[in-house]
Amino acid sequence: MAGIPHDHYEPKSGFEKWLHSRLPIVSLAYDTLMIPTPKNLNWWWIWGIVLAFCLVLQIVTGVILVMHYTPHVDMAFASVEHIMRDVNGGFFIRYLHSNGASLFFVAVYIHMFRGLFYGSYKAPREVTWIIGMLIYLAMMATGFLGYVLPWGQMSFWGATVITGLFGAIPFIGPDIQTWLLGGPAVDNATLNRFFSLHYLLPFVIAALVAVHIWAFHTTGNNNPTGVEVRRGSKEEAKKDTLPFWPYFVIKDLFALAIVLIIFWAVVGFMPNYLGHPDNYIEANPLATPAHIVPEWYFLPFYAILRAFTADVWVVAAVSWITGGIIDAKFFGVLAMFGAIAVMALTPWLDTSSVRSGKYRPAFKWWFRLLVIDFVVLMWVGAQSTDEPYATISLIAATYWFAYFLVILPLLGVFEKPLTPPATIEEDFKHHYPDAPTAAE
Amino acid sequence: MSHADDHQGTRRDFLYYATAGAGVVATGAAVWPLVNQMNPSADVRALASIRVDISGVAEGSQLTVQWLGKPVFIRHRTQEEIDSANATDVSELPDQNARNANIAADADASDANRTLDEDEKWLVMMGVCTHLGCVPIGNQSGDYDGWYCPCHGSHYDAAGRIRRGPAPENLPVPVAQFLDESTIQLG
Repeated sequence: MAGIPHDHYEPKSGFEKWLHSRLPIVSLAYDTLMIPTPKNLNWWWIWGIVLAFCLVLQIVTGVILVMHYTPHVDMAFASVEHIMRDVNGGFFIRYLHSNGASLFFVAVYIHMFRGLFYGSYKAPREVTWIIGMLIYLAMMATGFLGYVLPWGQMSFWGATVITGLFGAIPFIGPDIQTWLLGGPAVDNATLNRFFSLHYLLPFVIAALVAVHIWAFHTTGNNNPTGVEVRRGSKEEAKKDTLPFWPYFVIKDLFALAIVLIIFWAVVGFMPNYLGHPDNYIEANPLATPAHIVPEWYFLPFYAILRAFTADVWVVAAVSWITGGIIDAKFFGVLAMFGAIAVMALTPWLDTSSVRSGKYRPAFKWWFRLLVIDFVVLMWVGAQSTDEPYATISLIAATYWFAYFLVILPLLGVFEKPLTPPATIEEDFKHHYPDAPTAAE
Repeated sequence: MSHADDHQGTRRDFLYYATAGAGVVATGAAVWPLVNQMNPSADVRALASIRVDISGVAEGSQLTVQWLGKPVFIRHRTQEEIDSANATDVSELPDQNARNANIAADADASDANRTLDEDEKWLVMMGVCTHLGCVPIGNQSGDYDGWYCPCHGSHYDAAGRIRRGPAPENLPVPVAQFLDESTIQLG
């Protein structure tokens, strides 16, 4: 593996040599675990471990829930109640699973904004970023599919609205929607396939995570200064790095322990806080709940979907130019997926020569505004569509696109960045003047 | 030696392309059943046609029945609603098509073209919002005396025509007919 020079695994005993020449699996594990890691990583870098934990938690609790769940429209709701009331400790496993999804998304959003601030998406880490975006998409698909399975009112109507997004595609949309649903409306065929795919996707995510790790182990981690680890020699690299084990593993596990204290408190004391009461009413195709609200982690993009109504001039203009093929409905869908697509394109939209936001005085403020914008979108996504929410969501959605498509490209040209430190070692010594130098 | 210089290789090239072509066709043929299985199954496809007894639907009330997995609104409109729907000029409507499966596809969205009977008393339409498929709330809700979709705020008038909000089209009128005075057949 290319990357930062470091000591590799040397098989010593006879058995190790025997195995190594047949399957270098110990070597792979050793090199992965001992990867030289920039020693100045701050606390924003702990969310990767939290995400890994979430994936394992969701798969383990999910496999257990499947042992008691029945994917059929007549029995799904009752089987979930069976899990909650009758299965030994079933309610706890299910609360872990439903709140585990929330923790997963908390972690992934912080992880993503970390990357957006410190320029982790920039060359040579574009592939890591793109794989990350694919993981995020797969997570959203999994979260959506899983929310349908309890077959409550929000399950049913959420599924109706989201599959309706595909129906908005010009010409072939209705056929695609029917194909996804397996009928004219959300029904048993839909529930069955969603169950199948909800079980499949986490393993796709696990595979993508392996590729994600492979990619950033090839380029090395980014770090708060955005300065690359020196790779001239092993000695030089050692001045900038520490091995992942034990230094960062212990740090990450400590952080995970703190995160889990909060998580366990939520699971134990307020397990339904992030859910919707309507989902404890069995699905009814003839009555829509008064407010269909998606899970909190979809709200920012849901707000963007709803922001572009027919009376917005951009929508009217696009509709007129395309002869009505792109109507307000399809425009909203394009905007929602576009909001994620622009994030995926940041490696090529950010033109600045400096990687880390720490040394970009103007960028810092626009970035902070983006974080606020994200929170505003999340809040407004849960409100009704009346004024003033319609205007707020339109402004917030506009800023989201402006940040990625206008501000990032222009900042690289107009901003005068500060000079980052020459090496990671220099930055580290500046913060910790008394720390011992690299052990030799 | 490159392929371009390898004149002896034309026969081999032909075999290469023929094999690759056959491979693509075979892969496509193998994948199609895996895709097609997700389309509606025979029992779902079997077009259900249902008969609805409307003798109990009093003026000013609405019956909601489930047909093809979706709700159908059957509304017995009051004179007030009929007048309200007729007071609107077709040119003011966002969607000027009748969206009525029982008449010509390009018929305009006048109230007469939306209703099932001569007197314009009976309005039969799918209870599925044309935005993202929620069930609109009836009984003269919304700002136009008709239906209001709670999901994303689409307002439909007394003839089920979209007036304001994100929905692009009027609520569609399904294939329907009166069998006798008190029975409507859907499908």
